[in-house]
Amino acid sequence: MSTATQVDPATPAGSTKALDQRRPLGDRGFAILALASGLLVLVILVWIAVSTTNQAWPWFTTEGWKIFTNNWNPAANDFGALAFIYGTAVTALIAVILAVPVSVGIAMLLTEVVPRRRAQPIVYVIDLLAVVPSVVWGLWGILVFVPWLNHIYAHIGSAVQGLWILGPLFGPPTSGASFFTCGVILAFMITPIVTSLSREVIATVPAIDKEGAYALGATRWEMITGAVWPHSQGGITGAVLLGLGRAVGETIAVALVIGSSAVITSHLFAPGYNMAAVIANQFGEATGVFRAALFGIGVLLFVFTIIINVLARGVVERSARRKRGA
Amino acid sequence: MTAVTGEPQKVDLHEAKGWRRTKNRIMTTLMVTSFVVVLIPLAFVLVTVIGKGASVISWSFLTSSIPPQTSPVGVGGIGPAIVGTIEITAVATVIAVPLGILGAIYLNEYGGKNPLSAFIGFMSDVMTGVPSIIMGLFIFTIWTLHFGLSGFGGALALACLMLPIVIRSSYEILRLVPNSLREGSYALGATKARVTVTVVLPAAIGGIVSGALLAVARAAGETAPLLFTIGAAHMTNRNVFSGANTSLPSLIFTNASSPYAGAEALGWGAALTLIAICFILMIVARLVTARFARYTH
Repeated sequence: MSTATQVDPATPAGSTKALDQRRPLGDRGFAILALASGLLVLVILVWIAVSTTNQAWPWFTTEGWKIFTNNWNPAANDFGALAFIYGTAVTALIAVILAVPVSVGIAMLLTEVVPRRRAQPIVYVIDLLAVVPSVVWGLWGILVFVPWLNHIYAHIGSAVQGLWILGPLFGPPTSGASFFTCGVILAFMITPIVTSLSREVIATVPAIDKEGAYALGATRWEMITGAVWPHSQGGITGAVLLGLGRAVGETIAVALVIGSSAVITSHLFAPGYNMAAVIANQFGEATGVFRAALFGIGVLLFVFTIIINVLARGVVERSARRKRGA
Repeated sequence: MTAVTGEPQKVDLHEAKGWRRTKNRIMTTLMVTSFVVVLIPLAFVLVTVIGKGASVISWSFLTSSIPPQTSPVGVGGIGPAIVGTIEITAVATVIAVPLGILGAIYLNEYGGKNPLSAFIGFMSDVMTGVPSIIMGLFIFTIWTLHFGLSGFGGALALACLMLPIVIRSSYEILRLVPNSLREGSYALGATKARVTVTVVLPAAIGGIVSGALLAVARAAGETAPLLFTIGAAHMTNRNVFSGANTSLPSLIFTNASSPYAGAEALGWGAALTLIAICFILMIVARLVTARFARYTH
């Protein structure tokens, strides 16, 4: 601690000037290094936006507003991306609808029902689910899940054919590799993140609110709806949005099980396509405007996920702030 | 449960009856059911991968080079993919972990509550949500187009993916280090850099390592960032910096849509190996947390 002896003990307590002047070079260097690493995040995000937009420029200029048409035919130089945007929206929505009730249920189970010691194994299982790589879900999906669902979809399809609403949604044509299969696998994949974020939010509910509800004679479920839910609503909305963001950006599992057919259809059991999957599957053979189009879809995907994530983080932070203030 | 005495009316302290009680039971059952619902696909996937993967895994499978897709079951192995995964993930870790820790140090030790630091923290969280395929496109543009396919390109893409995760997990741990430690060492006349490196970091090292390991586990299983950056290889490529490479996830992705039984079996074997690697990393992360947890909640 040689710096300690360098400080003039006669320096008045109110002035730190002498101390500042002797700040060694290494100290300042370290501060700059840390700042640079922090700024790196911003640099990378801006760089991603600029470099991919730059690559995608030919698509935007040659197609103009036609990029939002439903006409994807690389052989004829038609690059309308609407079918992929539609596929992304549909699969992500299915995933969120399936995953959210289950995730919030598990989060409630972990925080309000099961005692802490017994909750730990459940947390391990959820973590395990999070560790299974996307490509393994895809491999299992295409080789095991899809062939199995083929028959089930065919049965459901013939049962609801011609029925009001159900017919157009679940009727034929059916295929194991479809929007719905993709949504289900995405649901498995986003469950861990939605669960753990909801759990964090629910854990912040003050014990006094919960005890108050119990003291008034509430059952556990009444306590959850009356004390836990109003408190954690905002945070859970954020968790759901983050899950949505994940589902939108997930690539490899989707590329394997979605069926690779660029159509817009109400039939959920029919093969479809989405933004991430088309980039993964077609980038290898793409050149010229085709490649630019795939880059453009990437830019759109980047913009969508950034918007969803900014919204989600905003919601989470706002609800956290409100809770601290209360 | 006896009723409260001294009151004119007896207060009923028994559990709620009738519909209220039934509803409570139904909802509790639904919560348990939701856990079971999650357990089923997980068990299904694990049993399939272990069942189909264990039958092909042997020492020669783990070390031989990758055969053509048309080869029968039992020929060749996944050696180059294992080497590739280790190389690429290791390089990505060497890039992302120090930068991530430094970033977290800026956020917690230097930035504090100032607007820039808050903004960086917010954007770093947002960056966690950027799809991995976008990282692949990004590195393809800035690296692969200029320097060609190589393991290093893949490592850069994985590093972009890991960076915000490491920042977030390290930041959460640094926040838990008690201020009295910092104040104690300032009082001894240490500079800020010295306090951070010799006092704060050692106090937080367990959590930081564990967070970094989880980020590595996540990166090791990623395919999308590698699709356009590393190419494909059938032989072991020991040079990360040049020449096409391969990895376990890329191999599984290629083989998953292959019509040949041999390629499929290879895919299952690779999937089991990959899951084993990821699980081991996760378990080690847990052990590190348990061993070094000093300032956790």
